[in-house]
Amino acid sequence: MNVIVISLITLGVIGALAAVILYFVAKKFYVYEDPRVDEVEAVLPGANCGGCGYPGCHGFADACVKADDLGKMLCPVGGAPTMEKVGAILGKTVAAAEPTVAVVRCNGTCEHRPRTNEYDGVKSCAIAHSLYGGETGCAFGCLGLGDCEAACQFDALHINPETGIPEIDEEKCTSCGACVKACPRQLIELRKKGPKSRRIYVACRNKDKGAVARKACEVACIGCSKCVKVCAFEAITVTDNLAYIDPQKCRLCRKCVAECPTGAITEVNFPPRKEAVEAASAE
Amino acid sequence: MKTFKIGGVHPAENKFSAGKRIIDTPLPKQVIIPLAAYIGAPSVPVVAKGDQVKVGQLVGKAGGYVSSNVHSSVSGKVAKIEPALDASGYKRMSMFIDVEGDEWLDTIDRTPDVVRECKLTPEEIVKKIADAGIVGLGGATFPAHVKLTPPPGKKAEVLIINAVECEPYLTCDHQLMLEHSEEILVGVTILMKALQVNRAVIGIENNKSDAIELMQRQIRVLSFQGIEVQPLKVKYPQGGEKQLIDAITGRQVPSGALPIEVGAVVQNVATTFAIYEAVQKNKPLIDRIVTITGKSMLNPGNYRVRLGTPLKNVVEQAGGIPADTGKIVAGGPMMGRAVASLDIPTAKGSAGVLFLNEKEARRHAPSNCIRCAKCVSACPMGLEPFLLARLADRHMWDELEANRVYDCIECGSCSYTCPAYRPLLDNIRYGKATVMGIMRARNAKK
Amino acid sequence: MENKLLVSPSPHVHGGDSVSKNMYGVIIALIPAYLTALYFFGVGAFVVSVTSVLSCVLFEYLIQRFLLKTTPTIGDGSAVLTGLLLSFNLPSNLPVWIVVIGALVAIGIGKMSFGGLGNNPFNPALVGRVFLLISFPVQMTTWPRPLAFNTHYLDAETGATPLSFLKGGAFEQLPAQMDLLLGNIGGSLGEVSAIALLIGLVYLLARKIITWHIPVSILATVFVFTAILHAANPEVYASPLVHLLTGGLLLGAIFMATDYVTSPMSHLGMIVYGIGIGIITVVIRVFGAYPEGVSFAILIMNAFTPLINTYIKPKRFGEKKKAN
Repeated sequence: MNVIVISLITLGVIGALAAVILYFVAKKFYVYEDPRVDEVEAVLPGANCGGCGYPGCHGFADACVKADDLGKMLCPVGGAPTMEKVGAILGKTVAAAEPTVAVVRCNGTCEHRPRTNEYDGVKSCAIAHSLYGGETGCAFGCLGLGDCEAACQFDALHINPETGIPEIDEEKCTSCGACVKACPRQLIELRKKGPKSRRIYVACRNKDKGAVARKACEVACIGCSKCVKVCAFEAITVTDNLAYIDPQKCRLCRKCVAECPTGAITEVNFPPRKEAVEAASAE
Repeated sequence: MKTFKIGGVHPAENKFSAGKRIIDTPLPKQVIIPLAAYIGAPSVPVVAKGDQVKVGQLVGKAGGYVSSNVHSSVSGKVAKIEPALDASGYKRMSMFIDVEGDEWLDTIDRTPDVVRECKLTPEEIVKKIADAGIVGLGGATFPAHVKLTPPPGKKAEVLIINAVECEPYLTCDHQLMLEHSEEILVGVTILMKALQVNRAVIGIENNKSDAIELMQRQIRVLSFQGIEVQPLKVKYPQGGEKQLIDAITGRQVPSGALPIEVGAVVQNVATTFAIYEAVQKNKPLIDRIVTITGKSMLNPGNYRVRLGTPLKNVVEQAGGIPADTGKIVAGGPMMGRAVASLDIPTAKGSAGVLFLNEKEARRHAPSNCIRCAKCVSACPMGLEPFLLARLADRHMWDELEANRVYDCIECGSCSYTCPAYRPLLDNIRYGKATVMGIMRARNAKK
Repeated sequence: MENKLLVSPSPHVHGGDSVSKNMYGVIIALIPAYLTALYFFGVGAFVVSVTSVLSCVLFEYLIQRFLLKTTPTIGDGSAVLTGLLLSFNLPSNLPVWIVVIGALVAIGIGKMSFGGLGNNPFNPALVGRVFLLISFPVQMTTWPRPLAFNTHYLDAETGATPLSFLKGGAFEQLPAQMDLLLGNIGGSLGEVSAIALLIGLVYLLARKIITWHIPVSILATVFVFTAILHAANPEVYASPLVHLLTGGLLLGAIFMATDYVTSPMSHLGMIVYGIGIGIITVVIRVFGAYPEGVSFAILIMNAFTPLINTYIKPKRFGEKKKAN
């Protein structure tokens, strides 16, 4: 009996002591945090992808609370609806951000771009890129080893085993920019999603002279500037033998797409062309 | 027998071309002379398309202090200046020269006589070396004159000549010593004068006993003062600058410091020969010895090649590409670069072309790390390759820096020794490059 | 050239070492000890070892094939080695079904549950052995007497091991030193012959499969520690030589503690690890409840391996000595 009583008293005293210590430690090391940070964090997607440029959603919420206005703050995953909610909580105005989506600026599939050698190192674009030009004659194009796929946290990007080129699932892509950072050749660009998700862009980054680029890849941009001449909106520029379409100026007229001799300019989500439809129905 | 203290491996030597006399390679129709080397700023062209040039004429001027002059290796007409593929696998600005005859500049002494006397001052010697566009011919192609100008307050005590040739297969330095021992020794005295040191040590691995004996005899017979030959136990990577200094002087260059910190300056033996030619014969760096080798090579050998000659032409001299070739390596098997094509020029750093068959070349599929610590034992820098590779794979840059990834000399001993075939160096090299980028950015901010 | 040229980062050659070469190297080093086990424990040693090896390989195959759904890697020899080492730590009259349970625990819990070869924090064979020791203490501590060309298995005549004499303080009953060297003593089937195990050590060192650091530091620590105790009171504490030659110390120091996966990576770390094993072994043997402590000592130090790896780094090139 005595033993039990002694044990109970000892344990009780230890417990009480621990409680007192904990109380003082908690007081001493208390860090004040704006309660709104937690509120903001609650409406964020919670993916901690870092696409906003802050260390995770908590960091972003903290920055939102501290920011004077939310004009420069954007959660690329949640997009405008999430930012509106954040704005409502904090009573700050939100700039209307245009939704963007990742596009891959290389169409050098196995079919278009013949392999000239076989890479036998670690399966990493970063390592292959620092080693050499790649398995094909094009030292600017996609290496197909999937650094972008590994970087994507939303299952929105996969290397197509048939083509060896990544494909982006528009529905899943949150435009967080992780793949843009992961690609050692800067092939992925976040472009404005466009009306009805229609976009036109140059799917090539090859800066070699036209003949060299063409030899390495059938669908390379050869820097011929035909698209520049046909564009009525001055949206296209050619530097270093490579065309670039400014998404802000492009009006999606599709003239350049038809003009491009190699098919390097890509259009997505457009209905089939009239001529093509007519030709198909005539058959 | 001396050697370096930490780590090291013993790859099969496979020196098929040992003892093969140096053969001159015929001039090609066109040479491609890269204006940018691996290290340093690119050179600025001083001739234009259509200009006539002679052998030895300056065609590219050094684009900065750590940069080197480039000379034409042939006589003829400049066809074009545009990017061309080199061993790096990327295009670099290069000068294409169509060969017409073989007309040399008059100032170059083309006689085989050895000129021993050198009356130049140390400054004049260094200037002449810089003008001749001489870079380290061991492979790193670091401009030679930079090494010969110690930073203020530092004084060289000993000159070390790297004649180790620890890479398997390669024999170009070995053969050069056998055929040009006296010229090399004169080169050493010139370097000693330039550095104002009275002691020079030539480090040679003892698998080249004929070269050791010849060098020792020449020093004795021709009475060269202050030069000694140090035979070294065969161990890779003894040709690494820090390893060689450790092996010969017993001093270890601290992390991040240059060899001058321990009073040493290292020059490669082929560089020393080129320096002799530049200072005593007025001949700029326009050719080098290249080892063409491989198990199935018809005539493995050592070839004197004008810089800019496509490697394809040189390989034809040695019997063409073997049928069973699976991989072509520019340089040695441990640190050379695999190339996708032989349409690349012979560069200042091209010590060899190695043909590996498919079976030798293809890597085995890696399996789990079994933590056997063989990479730790093999690492000549005392690093933990298994850990660095894992950290690099996970992009943990801070931890990589804390574990001194920047000390890695990329010798490949870890990957070579790994029983699980893990490509350790692939990951470490990537981690090192990233971490050094971060460190440079941080230093620039300060 | 029909095939495309290969391109990869350097180095372009490999030394030819492989995981399976190392594993089979250790297995070859175990052959002398196995032959002595067959000589002294006969049929029992054969049945226990074959059962252990076969069940380890089978469990590894089944788990990789059906649970983890990966390509089985039983060819690398690591499962064979685990099975062999497990059986070396068992008495030769152990029923087959207990051996199979030991194999299942060794492979299933000790190895595969952590992700297979290379990821296990504890030596799988020892996990199996200690599990059996705790679950079946009677069977696991009833050792058969050695008998030349033994044909008995479950019905083998049993007797005490030298270590239990030590525990009981009955020094006069200890076998002769020659018997300790040759293995003519009671014990687990692979631990009895000191000479056979030392031949294995020489082979492992010659083939550079292991370095000297772990076995030497363990044996030296045990020797020094027990020598001090013996000098203090020879009546109570046995001589260091007896400690070195008895029980599983040699087997543990040469084959179990040197397991690649669960031992430290740096040479200095290996020595710290070895000293730890030596001290814990002697403490358990001399002051603990069990007569033998090598298995526990190794498992305890296995747990410290990550800590040792974190704090003890190899000597870096060019590092300034602290004394200067």
